[in-house]
Amino acid sequence: MAKILDKIRNKCAMGAMSTVQAISGALPILHSGPGCTDKIGGGVGSSGHFSPSVFPCTCISEKEVIFGGDDRLRETIENALKVIEADLYVVLTGCAPEIIGDDVEEVVRSFKNSERPVISVSTGGFKGNNYLGHEWVIQAIIEQYLKPSDKKVKGLVNIWASIPQHDPYWFGNLKELEKLFAQLGLIPNTIFGYDRGIKNLNKIPEAEFNLLVSPWLGLNNVKLLKEKFGTPYLHYPTLPIGAFETSKFLRIVGEFTGVDKQTVEDLITKNEGEYYYFIERFADVFLEIREMSKKFVIVSDSQYSLAITKFLVNDVGLFPSKQYITDDAPEEYREQIKGYFKELNYGIEAEVEFSNDGYLIDKEIRETNFYGYPLIIGSYWEKKIAEEKGASYLSISWPMNEKLVINSSYVGYDGGLKLLEDLYSSALPRSL
Amino acid sequence: MGIDLHESTVGMRESRLDGITGYDGDLFDLCNQTRCGSLKNRERCFSQAGSCICSALHGLANITDVAIINHAPQGCTAFAPDSLAEHAFVAKKRGVAYNTVILGTDIDEKDTVFGATGSLKEIVLETYKRYKPKAIFIGTSCASGIIGEDIDSIVDELKKALPIPIASIHCEGFKTKILAGRFDLEDHAVLTSIVKPPKKKNGMVNFKNFNESAREEITEMFSNFGVKPFFFYSACTVEELSHLSEALATVCICGSLGTYMGNALEKEYGVPYVNTIDPLGIVGFETWLRELGRVIEKGEEVEAYIARERAIYLPKIEEVKKELKGLRAVVNMGPGFAFQISRVLQELGLEIVYVISLHHDTKFDNDQIPPFMQYYLDDESTNNFKVSISDQQNFEVMNILNKFKPDIYLSRHSGTTVGAIKQGVASLFVGDEYKTFGYKGTLDFAHTLLYTVKNRSFEKNLAARVKLPYTDWWYKQNSTTFLKDEVK
Repeated sequence: MAKILDKIRNKCAMGAMSTVQAISGALPILHSGPGCTDKIGGGVGSSGHFSPSVFPCTCISEKEVIFGGDDRLRETIENALKVIEADLYVVLTGCAPEIIGDDVEEVVRSFKNSERPVISVSTGGFKGNNYLGHEWVIQAIIEQYLKPSDKKVKGLVNIWASIPQHDPYWFGNLKELEKLFAQLGLIPNTIFGYDRGIKNLNKIPEAEFNLLVSPWLGLNNVKLLKEKFGTPYLHYPTLPIGAFETSKFLRIVGEFTGVDKQTVEDLITKNEGEYYYFIERFADVFLEIREMSKKFVIVSDSQYSLAITKFLVNDVGLFPSKQYITDDAPEEYREQIKGYFKELNYGIEAEVEFSNDGYLIDKEIRETNFYGYPLIIGSYWEKKIAEEKGASYLSISWPMNEKLVINSSYVGYDGGLKLLEDLYSSALPRSL
Repeated sequence: MGIDLHESTVGMRESRLDGITGYDGDLFDLCNQTRCGSLKNRERCFSQAGSCICSALHGLANITDVAIINHAPQGCTAFAPDSLAEHAFVAKKRGVAYNTVILGTDIDEKDTVFGATGSLKEIVLETYKRYKPKAIFIGTSCASGIIGEDIDSIVDELKKALPIPIASIHCEGFKTKILAGRFDLEDHAVLTSIVKPPKKKNGMVNFKNFNESAREEITEMFSNFGVKPFFFYSACTVEELSHLSEALATVCICGSLGTYMGNALEKEYGVPYVNTIDPLGIVGFETWLRELGRVIEKGEEVEAYIARERAIYLPKIEEVKKELKGLRAVVNMGPGFAFQISRVLQELGLEIVYVISLHHDTKFDNDQIPPFMQYYLDDESTNNFKVSISDQQNFEVMNILNKFKPDIYLSRHSGTTVGAIKQGVASLFVGDEYKTFGYKGTLDFAHTLLYTVKNRSFEKNLAARVKLPYTDWWYKQNSTTFLKDEVK
């Protein structure tokens, strides 16, 4: 069967304009047709300082398709530097210039001596999805912008997780990870979101460690950082949600970074104490839902399918049905990702399928016996099948068309409680 | 190329309607040049991201029982969830099922080398098997266009294989800078694949619009004239659309939206197109309704309706006008609305400082200049104001707002409102096309204007705390600095 995109979950590589946008001070310059941004760059939460309507764009027309777009790109960059005040200009290429073969690198090289840095990333939409585009943007920044540093700052750790904008909780999650790090006495450094940006980008080479919290996305970036700046990295595949995973996370991070063991244990005891204070108070809600099976199914990207499976099994005592991963994780990582789903308490394992065909996913869910009304976690697309199955339903990933997320987070102890709030809000009418 | 329903696609507005996207001048000059046919486009040497005519696929997804298949890399299909959610919402309001799906062929690197018409065909057949749509529309993209995919041949083959209408939508993003070209692509596809020759007159008035928020109000109004509106493409079915040719008349909420369908139905099937200024504000509404009354031979009923409604609403509108008098406005919209919301604002006593129109058509598909231009030419009381033609060029808009500091800024495209409030200007989104429709709409609009300028908290709070994206240098330039000399 040909590749059929039924119920789209990802954007194309050029969707990484959101990654650039999330770095305060960085501005995407688009070498593409006029409409790419409208389709993949906007969405809720994008009207910030450099909103998509501010992004310079060559708005390629038939003329450039026939005669080439190098000159058009050159004048667009030249004038962008005059009109828009940014600290870093990142040229992203769309399908048209990639196919007609514009020499974008050459054009961008001619701005080498410009007062403010201009770099470029090849993000033709047909080359991959926005997860890969995200990695390519970070790679380009490492290769073309960052400079080695003589000094290393003790305790400074770069934290990499998730994908800005496409993950509705990207900023909230990063802030929680930072908070956990600060509690360990470390100095977290992240580049996305408010008051971080270029300022923190420049600190990346000075860090003592890189921490990647992600099943696969970003692995190439931390490897490259090790190669270029000699910074060791810790790859922690599971976004920590709830007490079980967060405590484990703190222990492993503590050990890797050399934090005093007792400090880590004291922190865990304190956090778990508060977490279980709430769990104890609300346990009746979780236990006394009249109609709810113990089974759940997640249709999301690698990050959330894994993280929420672990949380619901290891913290809440639920049971995984087959889980679906929709981010087109590259083949080379798939076996390893499947392995993570086998590391659950009590020898429980979850079957995993990598699929982008929402029709087939719906069909399988429809035909699955959950031994009661299941819990279905996914995106807007799962709403219909959830209704059909009488399921409790929670939307956590793109596309999210019925929920607005501003700064909330599912990370850490508080994030676990927040996820329980959201999950059981939808089940609440069945508990009273 | 004008209206030709034997062609697989329709010409873009730059060539078909002498449309332009770059101009700087004023209303009187624009009207005169439009009349004389001397208007020339000016290109830009700097531009910002806009939209593309691929949104024709979003438009067609209004129809409740079709499949849209986008022959494109995956990002081009990312509009699908928002589009489906929006249309499902409108269909639910009408109380009808919404089963339309939007799929993509996910053109990848290999496809750009070896072609992908084979997988396109396979995906269309699979889509039919899965969803049994009542029609299928196949969209093209920059990528499929440049690699030279022969979509029309595939459509011909598929027409033989499937028992439903199938049409191609040639919406490569690089083809035009005039977003409104999407409307013509939608209409052309529906006219060539779905609309059937009339069997009888059906007593309906075709009503082309976007999201039909005034469905109930208009249905009630039309009942006074013994006719029913048929709203499209919002929440309608393929079967309903097949009868477009049987209507008593076609009307449209916006001349720029309706030009192709209205004129094509008139030319091909003799369905009269009410080609007046649009029914926005009092003058627009009455002009439009009287012409509709004339066409459907219900002039007396229309006059009775107008007299009755005037008595209810005009005193209320006069009352609120007192508080609006003298407020200065900048308007940034597509031409249909830009030049007519500005007319409504003037009716309400506001002063128009600047109109920024996303494009400008020198003529419509009947080869006449747009009625709203003719209106300004004929109306001796018209005040002149500055005009810029600018296809969503935010930097120009912000420059204009900074120089002219209006009391209120009005726009109706997503992403066009927030820049204004960052500069401290009250911003009103006129996204609902019925926001100024008729007497009631005009009254509601007047109050909304008043509330917007009376409570300035939101924009003042934000403006005091944000840094603007543009350089000081830019704010000191003329807004038209990057317009090149006239071409054509």
